[in-house]
Amino acid sequence: MIMAQTAAISQGMKAARRRENIAAYIFMAPSLLFFLGFVVFPMGMCLVTSFFNYTMSDFSFVGLANYQEMFGDAIFIRALINTIIIVVVSVPITCMFSLWVASIIYKMRQVNTSFFRCVFYLPVVTGSVAVTVVWKWIFNNYTGVLNYLAKNLGLIAKNVNWLGDPNTALWCIITILLTTSVGQPIVLYVSALANVDHSLVEAASVDGATSMQTFWRIKWPQIMPTTLYILVITTINSFQCFALIQLLTSGGPNNSTQTIMYYIYYEAFKLNRYGYGSAMGIILAIIIALFSAIQFRLAKTDNG
Amino acid sequence: MTAIPKNASSRPSKRAPEVDTTDHSVHALTPYRVISVVLLIVLTILFIFPLYWIITGSFKTQQAVNARVPVWFPVEPTIGNYERLFQKPAFLWLFNTVLLCAASMGLTCVSASMGGYALAKKNFRGRTFLFSLFVCAMALPKQVILIPLLKEMAFLKLHNTLWAVILPTVGWPFGVFLMKQFCEGIPNEMLEAARIDGAGEARTFIDIILPMIKPGIGALAIFTFITAWNDYFLQLIMLNDTDVLSISLGIAKLQSELSTDYGLIMAGAALGSIPIIIIFLLFQKFFTRGITMGAVKG
Repeated sequence: MIMAQTAAISQGMKAARRRENIAAYIFMAPSLLFFLGFVVFPMGMCLVTSFFNYTMSDFSFVGLANYQEMFGDAIFIRALINTIIIVVVSVPITCMFSLWVASIIYKMRQVNTSFFRCVFYLPVVTGSVAVTVVWKWIFNNYTGVLNYLAKNLGLIAKNVNWLGDPNTALWCIITILLTTSVGQPIVLYVSALANVDHSLVEAASVDGATSMQTFWRIKWPQIMPTTLYILVITTINSFQCFALIQLLTSGGPNNSTQTIMYYIYYEAFKLNRYGYGSAMGIILAIIIALFSAIQFRLAKTDNG
Repeated sequence: MTAIPKNASSRPSKRAPEVDTTDHSVHALTPYRVISVVLLIVLTILFIFPLYWIITGSFKTQQAVNARVPVWFPVEPTIGNYERLFQKPAFLWLFNTVLLCAASMGLTCVSASMGGYALAKKNFRGRTFLFSLFVCAMALPKQVILIPLLKEMAFLKLHNTLWAVILPTVGWPFGVFLMKQFCEGIPNEMLEAARIDGAGEARTFIDIILPMIKPGIGALAIFTFITAWNDYFLQLIMLNDTDVLSISLGIAKLQSELSTDYGLIMAGAALGSIPIIIIFLLFQKFFTRGITMGAVKG
């Protein structure tokens, strides 16, 4: 009797379980369809095509040849170095700058906080193309504001061709990249700082801690997860810097602003070398994953 | 770079003293704070300057644009740049952009709120696996998959249509992730109560879940709209013909064809950015929430 009852109950539970599974998958279906079809599938294909010589006319298996070619390709090496320079310079600056801005504005009145948050988010919303074309004008050799100001302030003797000079072009790119990447970190830091446990901060100030001590000992560890997230997204974004390059310099002059993302675009969509482009894409993904892993490790040890 | 032209600094100064005074009234006037706020105002001017330059530039005459001494404000404004802009299919480009953003937004909100609900509240087989897959995909550079994506769209005969941009945007897992965060805030008791009352799955979702995650959907909607508007790389790969271009591509095309006609290019840039800036300012609160919620427990 009892046995039969438990059996019936477990039967019922199984049925309920199944119903729950089915319902869950029906709810998941639309997002899963888009996700598998337009993210996971292409990712798999990217890996597959990286082992093929894939052009307009050819599709043949070449094993690791694409990967081998890459490391003998001087332009790829140049692109890799430039990309790493961009990341190594822009990520720490973005992070520190946004933390500094957020630490000033988060205590202000709501209106003022929103105002500054908007100001620094503006270049992101304006869009990479609109931002880039106006900067191209600002940097222009003859009609640009930058040359005019720099000359009048006595910083330069004669007009500098900012984007045409291999010594300055990459720094121009990094400058624009910085203005377009601090918006989101500032928003995140403002909310993280506002959520810091106030009782700890008060306890620290009662104990006579200076505001610097309070910041580094109490607030900094608490906003560590936000810092980590910001590091990771900024790294991904900096690695993928593309629109700026394509619209400002096309990788020039003399490959001085060549980045991996732009080189992938050039090889795959201009020269139709899809296999080689895919292989570079895979390497880029691996490099980004490595950088993120390193940041996680560093953040952990920093915290402990 | 930190130098500010006299004329440019007079513009936002309307707000600047206001910020200064409120700040001093609320906080102790330490030297660090004074220097910081001054620096912040300088930076504000620098960050607003490109937008100011786009808007004023779009009203400048050819001579003013090419002047060796920058014309800080267009004293003789002209709409000639806009007239020339609208001789190109600029309206169509704008329309295409709005259409693709709206479609991406709608589809993302529907699929992500359903998926996020299932991930947060349903205990189904494969849930952990799927969730890890979503998170891993988000950490990958999405531009890397453009090559196979282009081939896939060509195969589906969608290349050179707006769908080629819409579908990958909807597939991006950020939305599901964000909606999962919001759905986790719904108390389980409410779902049980609904079940006891005999509400079916669809009923529960529409009558109980949706009203509770409305702010989340708002955040996701505005976030998707703005992201889609500015996703230049994806648009560049997928859209080629003049009549399917987005406004970003249109501006880029103008720039590559008439690289020194800055007046016209600035008019294009203004057309491409002012609408989205207005949308951003209107829905700023939702947007901020979307960004912060997406980051919690990243």
